Amino acid sequence: MPALLELKDIAAGYDGKEVLNGVNLKIAPEDFVGIIGPNGGGKTTLLKVILNLLEPTKGTIHKASELKIGYLPQVNNIDTRFPITVKEVILSGRFSSNKWWNKPTKKHLTKVDELLSFVGMDEYCNSAIGELSGGQMQRVFLCRALISDPNLLILDEPNTYVDKTFEANLYKLLAELNKKIAILLVSHDVGTISSMVKTIACVNGGLHYHASNKITSEILKSYNCPIEIISHGTVPHRVLKNHNHD
Amino acid sequence: MTDFIDLFSYAFFQNALLASILTSVLAGIIGTYVVARRSVFISGGITHASFGGMGIAYYFGFPPFLGAGIFAILSSLGIEWTSNKAGLREDSAIAILWSLGMAIGIIFVFLTPGYTPNLMGFLFGDILTVKQTDLIWLGAISLSVVLLIRFFYDAIIITAFDPDYAKTTGLPVKTIRYTVSIFIAIAIVLSIKVMGIILVLSLFTIPPSAANLFSKSYKKVMFLAVVISLVGSIIGLFMAYVFDLPSGATIILTLTGFYTISRIYKLLATK
Repeated sequence: MPALLELKDIAAGYDGKEVLNGVNLKIAPEDFVGIIGPNGGGKTTLLKVILNLLEPTKGTIHKASELKIGYLPQVNNIDTRFPITVKEVILSGRFSSNKWWNKPTKKHLTKVDELLSFVGMDEYCNSAIGELSGGQMQRVFLCRALISDPNLLILDEPNTYVDKTFEANLYKLLAELNKKIAILLVSHDVGTISSMVKTIACVNGGLHYHASNKITSEILKSYNCPIEIISHGTVPHRVLKNHNHD
Repeated sequence: MTDFIDLFSYAFFQNALLASILTSVLAGIIGTYVVARRSVFISGGITHASFGGMGIAYYFGFPPFLGAGIFAILSSLGIEWTSNKAGLREDSAIAILWSLGMAIGIIFVFLTPGYTPNLMGFLFGDILTVKQTDLIWLGAISLSVVLLIRFFYDAIIITAFDPDYAKTTGLPVKTIRYTVSIFIAIAIVLSIKVMGIILVLSLFTIPPSAANLFSKSYKKVMFLAVVISLVGSIIGLFMAYVFDLPSGATIILTLTGFYTISRIYKLLATK
């Protein structure tokens, strides 16, 4: 299958300090890739490169002409006192497929309602963003990511704020979405990731690709990936283990 | 009462009234953006930096507002530029720009031989000497700002709200930000004529802050800010005439009074 997105031998960093090096990543339609890694390992940097927010210092990025990215950022950089409504936030997602002077159409407005009821927030359409909880805000941002009908959804730590009741819904929703579109999910919480994704990769300076969603401590050790691991068995269970590395 | 009606037959008063209406529209729209983006301090820096241009223009015999405009635009672009660079401390840079502009202005006004320009007018505003050309400029910029926000509303506020996300959607974030910065600079300089350098900042800040008490929707805040600013400016203008006081000061007092009452009202209403 031709890739939607392909990174080849990417290096990137800030102020001459290299955070990523030799990263290769290929995302095909219907992929569900989970990216794990320690804090400071370069997860966010990798996303910035993919999203054109950071110019790589080395390597090439190939994007398929039909690639349409929907992006759910982490909520913590948002000014919650900004006077803006839920509807306006969601509608802003349309710019990834609309020219910047285009006004929202009827279709967009219907889509806003659909998405809001999809995430269980129908009654919040005209609420101010500052009136929402962290979890609700994240759901609104998920709607914003989806309004332009992306074929690749990128989620940055989606389980940071989402409340437990919605978490299960979110995963169901992602599984549903994954039938049609590719998903790239970044998380420090491996538990979430391994239960959902089809392939998993660890970012820690470089990117180590693992062609299944099963991680063992041996694999992590060989990747130098200092993170808790989960394993699957016949009976659902979780094995959490911290392993030292230097 | 007949005094008031007579007032409207004077050209200077008609001009003053029109100027405060146009300034209110400008300040309401631009001020909402400035307050929402938390860049009030930046606007203060631009305002005071423009005094440097004014002084230089005076010394060399150019129109002072042209000098102020050039200084304001350059400093706003400079600040926008530094805010995109990591490692530069924006607040310090603004403070330096702020006082440097004032220093340059004071030196050149001081050096200007013979006739001393009306400093009080620059510092506190001189609405009763507004000329037709001032009105044409104010009108043109107000119209441009209204059209800009009418057609590019979504792109402008999204860029202000979440610039990183806006970039990922392919919006020309830099172009939008620089364009808006230029309009802020021009709006500030033109409002100096009415409000004066020292007071203009409040005209851009108080109405949106008061409006924000009643609504959390950007559009509503913007409309309300324009209305509050209009009512405050007109009442302030009459007070200035009646008590023979500088108009900038009476307008700010009126607006602050309104803000205080709104605040108390909100406080009591939520209890």
